[in-house]
Amino acid sequence: MAASFCLPPEIKLRKLNIMEYFIQQFINGLTLGGMYALIALGYTMVYGVIQLINFAHGEFFAAGGYVGAIVLAYLAGLGYMETHPVICLTTAFLLSMAYCAYLAVGVEKIAYKPLRKESRLAALLSALGMSIFLSNGMMLTQGVYDKIYPSELFQGGINFGMVTISYLQVMIVSLTACLLVGLNLLVFKTKIGMAMRATAQDKTMSALVAIGSNKIISLTFAIGAGLAAAAGIMYGLYYGSVRYDMGFVPGIKAFAAAVLGGIGNITGAMLGGLIIGMVEIFAAGYISSEYKDVFAFIILIGVLYFKPTGIMGENIDDTRV
Amino acid sequence: MIQEFKKVWKQYTIGMLWLLGLLWPLLGIHPDGTLTFRTTMMVWSYILAGSFVCFVIYVMKAGDSLKFIVDPVSRVVGNIRTASSALPTWVWILAILVFALIYPQFAGRYGTDVAISVLLYICLGLGLNVVVGLAGMLDLGYIAFYGVGAYTYAILNTTYGLGFWVCLPFSGALACVAGCIVGYPTLRMRGDYLAIVTLGFGEIIRLILNNWMTMTNGPNGILGVKSIGIFLPVFENGFTFEHFWMKKLQLFYYFALALAILAAIGVQRLNFSRVGRAWESIREDETAAELMGVNTFMYKLLAYAMGAVFAGLAGAFFAARMRFVSPESFTFLESAMVLCMVVLGGMGSIPGIILGVIALIALPEVFREFEAYRMLIFGATMIIMMLFRPAGLIPAKRVGTRSEEKEG
Repeated sequence: MAASFCLPPEIKLRKLNIMEYFIQQFINGLTLGGMYALIALGYTMVYGVIQLINFAHGEFFAAGGYVGAIVLAYLAGLGYMETHPVICLTTAFLLSMAYCAYLAVGVEKIAYKPLRKESRLAALLSALGMSIFLSNGMMLTQGVYDKIYPSELFQGGINFGMVTISYLQVMIVSLTACLLVGLNLLVFKTKIGMAMRATAQDKTMSALVAIGSNKIISLTFAIGAGLAAAAGIMYGLYYGSVRYDMGFVPGIKAFAAAVLGGIGNITGAMLGGLIIGMVEIFAAGYISSEYKDVFAFIILIGVLYFKPTGIMGENIDDTRV
Repeated sequence: MIQEFKKVWKQYTIGMLWLLGLLWPLLGIHPDGTLTFRTTMMVWSYILAGSFVCFVIYVMKAGDSLKFIVDPVSRVVGNIRTASSALPTWVWILAILVFALIYPQFAGRYGTDVAISVLLYICLGLGLNVVVGLAGMLDLGYIAFYGVGAYTYAILNTTYGLGFWVCLPFSGALACVAGCIVGYPTLRMRGDYLAIVTLGFGEIIRLILNNWMTMTNGPNGILGVKSIGIFLPVFENGFTFEHFWMKKLQLFYYFALALAILAAIGVQRLNFSRVGRAWESIREDETAAELMGVNTFMYKLLAYAMGAVFAGLAGAFFAARMRFVSPESFTFLESAMVLCMVVLGGMGSIPGIILGVIALIALPEVFREFEAYRMLIFGATMIIMMLFRPAGLIPAKRVGTRSEEKEG
């Protein structure tokens, strides 16, 4: 799973000067960071509402990638892919986001809801078990080999001198931006968002003003998983294939992003995701591509050691760290 | 009562329909543009049948309809329990020991091989138990110390030709150092943050093993690690010592058994010592423990280092038995598996952990045809244990009485 994190091959073959190389890496980092931000939002929102690290979140991301691959392959088999590529892609995104939301709501009801009153170790172990269960369930139904994404979808790109922005990157970055803006509007401008923020702050109090916390928790899981599913399809399109265990490493990195931004803080998670993506790409480009996975972990440990509240996090009391 | 059952059945039906909706997109949509329902319905009906049986039993047990079975069984179990408590504990331990000693005489090569891996996992499980069960810190990167121990022996043996017994202390010591290095910055954190940071450290160690080509030979691993060698007295030409390589699996089994017994005794002694009480107090309430004068940081670090030592020793045995090490053996899934053993058996309970290891290593060997479902079942086991029996199969006995027991 880690091997697929290298740069798209056409970029490696070119000879770029220092500035162009930097810009190219910046764009790659932006793309990857956007995906991490989408995954990190799920962690941070769930943590904000029920103070649980949802280990299975990486699996939602992988499941999204799988469903996207299945839907796209199905539509390609019907022959719609040549005639209506945009509609096909939209369908794939919508279906896989819906699927993951459906999955996440059920997972929460089965594995997390009965343990809400128990110790946090119990819930964490249950989440870990769920993660193993889901990734192996995907392996059993879809096979152990990589599932290939159709690659003819986004050919070519925009050239600025030697720097190339592929259409795929444009699509990923703009779609990520749309989703992030949409989420911000949902959380900060609507009544549902207000209910979510209220539940995150104080469950008892929000229940007293007639906010059904179970519904809000389900909704939080659904939104987080939907965003992760979108990231899963983007990941599949960008790297060309998905694998049943691909959720693990991006999942931890996205968690590092959530912690870096301040866990429970939505804007922080977006920012953290971008930073982690940038750091990973620049570390791979300038320092060492073998150890690029290490940098995200080092950031995670460093943040937790020196500033556990993260960049944008509010002060959290002793029991939460 | 009836109403409750209605609710339970409703939930069950919804759950199964949810599962059907989950399975169909994965199994029923094909890349050639066709939709099928047969495979999905087949898989689903298997799951439905299996879960239905379990569920009916569960509901009937809850509704006392199974009295005619449950009552005699519980009576028999109660009788056995009173009989067993009448016998002193050492009788049981002796019986298990005798069985373990004569086991390789009647088990074949394959059976002995499985038994060795059970013994090594017992050592690992007991070490993780010190961290998770006694001190209450969730460690998800535990297998990395196993890897450090194994690689220490493999590198010292293949590069410098040192023997097993010289390397064994080094394996333990280096794993201990690694534990302290990992533990020092992380132990200020609590609970779930600690879990994810240890996971990160575990991955870092694995990545280093995977990428440090000159030292560890990278993903290819290290071949040609020697097995355990011992000196045996030979009386042919007077009295000399001669060196033997433990090529026979049965002899290796006894060394693994000795390691597991030493680990069990060590953990038992630690558990009922001043240190064990300190760990327990940290697990129950860290702030209160600190107020009572327990140096929480030092004891947490000690728990971490102790756990790492057990893993390092087991790792050296692992390398000697496999004669080959590669980073593949030290992935996160292995950590999760060891954790699953500890959780299944009962955190903090030594017989529980032994039972958990046997259940998760030996049973999959028996049901070889379900090999592919192994990790799936591990995951499901962890969830089910947490939902229904969080204390494990054999819950740990606690020293002294507690307030909640007095009330109950």
